[in-house]
Amino acid sequence: MVANSDVTFAISPGEVHALLGENGAGKSTLVKMIYGLVRPDSGRMLLRGAPYQPAKPSEARQKGVAMVFQHFSLFEALNVAENVALGMENPPSMRELAERIRAVSQEYGLPLDPAKLVGDLSAGERQRVEIIRCLLQDPKLLIMDEPTSVLTPQEVDILFQTLRQLSAEGTAILYISHKLEEIRTLCDEATILRRGKVVATCTPRERTAREMAELMVGQVLTPPARARKPPGPVALEVTGLSVSSPNPFGTALKNIAFTLRQGEVLGIAGVAGNGQDELLLALSGEILSPESCVRLAGKPVGRMGPNARRALGLVAAPEERLGHAAAPDMSLTENALLSGYVRKGFLKNGFIGWAAVDSFAQAIVTAFDVRTPGTHVAARALSGGNLQKFVIGREILQDPSVIIVNQPTWGVDAAAAAAIRQALLDLAAKGAAVVAISQDLDELLEISDSFAALNEGRLTAPRSAQGLTVDEIGLMMGGAHGMDVAHSHHDAQGART
Amino acid sequence: MIRLEKRPTPSRFWVAATPLIAVVLTMIAGGIMFAILGKNPFDAIRIIFWDPLFDPNMSAYSRPQLLVKAAPLILIAIGLSLGFRAGIWNIGAEGQYIIGAICGAAVGLAFYPAAGWYIFPLMVIAGALGGFLWAMIPAMLRTFFNTSEILVSLLLVYVAQALLAAMALGRLRNPEGGGFPGSRNLAQYPAASNPELFAGTGIHWGVVAAFIAVIAAYVMLQRHILGFNIKLTGQAPRAARFSGVSPVALVLICMGTSGALAGLAGMFEVAGPSGKISIDFASGYGFTAIIVAFLGRLNPIGILLAGLLMALTYIGGELAQFMLGLPKASIQAFQGMLLFFLLALDLLSNYRPRLVKREGA
Repeated sequence: MVANSDVTFAISPGEVHALLGENGAGKSTLVKMIYGLVRPDSGRMLLRGAPYQPAKPSEARQKGVAMVFQHFSLFEALNVAENVALGMENPPSMRELAERIRAVSQEYGLPLDPAKLVGDLSAGERQRVEIIRCLLQDPKLLIMDEPTSVLTPQEVDILFQTLRQLSAEGTAILYISHKLEEIRTLCDEATILRRGKVVATCTPRERTAREMAELMVGQVLTPPARARKPPGPVALEVTGLSVSSPNPFGTALKNIAFTLRQGEVLGIAGVAGNGQDELLLALSGEILSPESCVRLAGKPVGRMGPNARRALGLVAAPEERLGHAAAPDMSLTENALLSGYVRKGFLKNGFIGWAAVDSFAQAIVTAFDVRTPGTHVAARALSGGNLQKFVIGREILQDPSVIIVNQPTWGVDAAAAAAIRQALLDLAAKGAAVVAISQDLDELLEISDSFAALNEGRLTAPRSAQGLTVDEIGLMMGGAHGMDVAHSHHDAQGART
Repeated sequence: MIRLEKRPTPSRFWVAATPLIAVVLTMIAGGIMFAILGKNPFDAIRIIFWDPLFDPNMSAYSRPQLLVKAAPLILIAIGLSLGFRAGIWNIGAEGQYIIGAICGAAVGLAFYPAAGWYIFPLMVIAGALGGFLWAMIPAMLRTFFNTSEILVSLLLVYVAQALLAAMALGRLRNPEGGGFPGSRNLAQYPAASNPELFAGTGIHWGVVAAFIAVIAAYVMLQRHILGFNIKLTGQAPRAARFSGVSPVALVLICMGTSGALAGLAGMFEVAGPSGKISIDFASGYGFTAIIVAFLGRLNPIGILLAGLLMALTYIGGELAQFMLGLPKASIQAFQGMLLFFLLALDLLSNYRPRLVKREGA
């Protein structure tokens, strides 16, 4: 398997260079080579004119290359300064280090208390720890891998100011993302990868997001279309839903309330870990609640488990594909049975009609273009995007009256994501009510009729999605988690709370 | 350097081949152990695996013994395998086996000396119920208080053993036994006995029950939603919740079934081959069945074969003890090797070993 072949690109000091591509296009492998985690089979790299071939990350760091990973590598039980020290070759004394952390965080507008435990920090603050850890090495090249996926729009603004300041000081920044609007606001140049090869370079400001998306995918994308109909009677009603999380580190839901009519799509935004999982569990029936808190077409179902709710027409597709939505070691056929047997009537006196289950699995594979050698394949052998298509398809093909999806297109390529969104809209057009929980705001704005945000287990009052701006959404999502203060001397952004 | 890579799908070949390779490796390692003990390893292996079945002098006694010993192992292991597949660890089958025997025997002895066709079926029900209720103790404690069913079920074995001794010395003691511990011999009480059904085969009702259990478990795991839920819970507990499986119900069903089957095994044993409640009635079938369940890969057909193999090493092991003077511990070590090799080789069905060149540091 060749992850990258013949990739050529250059980045000059002070440039913010975007590396664009779908999942699996080879972005990660490429930056891992630059950071010394993977060794290239052929070709060469030059850093400031000198041949550069790092054998390990510490060598890359020594030469001035730093990287902020998508997934943080921090110890929750240690404080900020201790975490920073762990990533250094020769850490100075803790007191000196704390001083330097304070200085750097002041300079770049990233407030951070060196003595605070990482476990108590928000995702945005944790990212700042990673960034400051990099900045302390005074990098010449800073690599950022999907840095905004955990941030609210306000936090993104603040991050961008920091990055612009760095680039003005001459630091080259390699910015990996598939969020095209961000790249258009931030980056000077973009290199677009598809299947490991450079397919295009462009100046993002001169292109539209759609043009770049089509370069990324290699085909023309059609935005999801829908026939708007007046909403029907109430399909799902949630009132005063408060439940504690089954997970000790989870978020309890507090007094959630919303009403959803047939044919309506409710988009629920929020930064990960604000109760999204718990909301899905409470709606799907995996967490029970007082009977009248959840009503399905007027019928109280709070005490009913998942199968009783399925029988009444409510299906769900959880975020975690392997292990929750699907059993990793079971075949696609068995996974089709997993949540499909109630509505598809696969059981007779408890005995399974495997032939019918398999043809259902085949139907999902065909209808949702799941790339697999067959339905006998274990779920874990499928790529994330393909399994996601299978999981969503399994629920949609059950012809539900209410469907709850959490991160429906996470890790799915753009063409497949468009297909999934279209399928959800088609379902709504047929009269189903859709609850879409997602961190992808563009996605939510594209498909939602009404819009709400989860913040620390509380849901804002849903409002019409039409005319909603990203700033307003950001405020619904809980603002900038106190990041405003540090930037107050930079501009008026900080006035918001 | 050898590295293990996870296979995308488990290898069918290795799933089927590992038990056979494990048996061969056990023979080799066991042979070395016997050689160190100063015995001819080939004789020892032959006596353990071959003579009980085919030696003209021994086989008349040993062959029926094979089914007699295998039946309780298979019956118990089938029940345990259901729970093990779902991640529910009933380690106390020995205790459920004892309680099943006590309850079955008590019902039979209560009717003594009456005759009636209904006595034996009542004993069967009592035996199953006894094992079921004994298993419900750890099951209930787990569902209501989140205790570990492993510890509770194991500790209840020792309670059951104490109860067995108390029964043999007290309430169930043979009034005509001259004060010796132990109950009346049920084998000599026709209405309550579990006789050999076909002379010279060793087949009694327990053997029949074991075969029925194998078939029923096989059908359930392949075709019934309960079997699917059991497998799903073991492989992906969160997916099972999503699918709508009630973890509480599953714990009760799996613990209850394994307890009832262990109780049945105890009841058939006390009414048949053993004949009476005595202090030393318990012979470790409940623990050995754990090995049988894993040796058979928690698969009903596998358990059938593993039960027969394990019974063979028991009978052959006893034979080797008095023919060659091998110590009992060496036979137990030999059986332990079997499980060890099986678990070690198990890795190969999910992982692929691969030679990689050591990277220059």
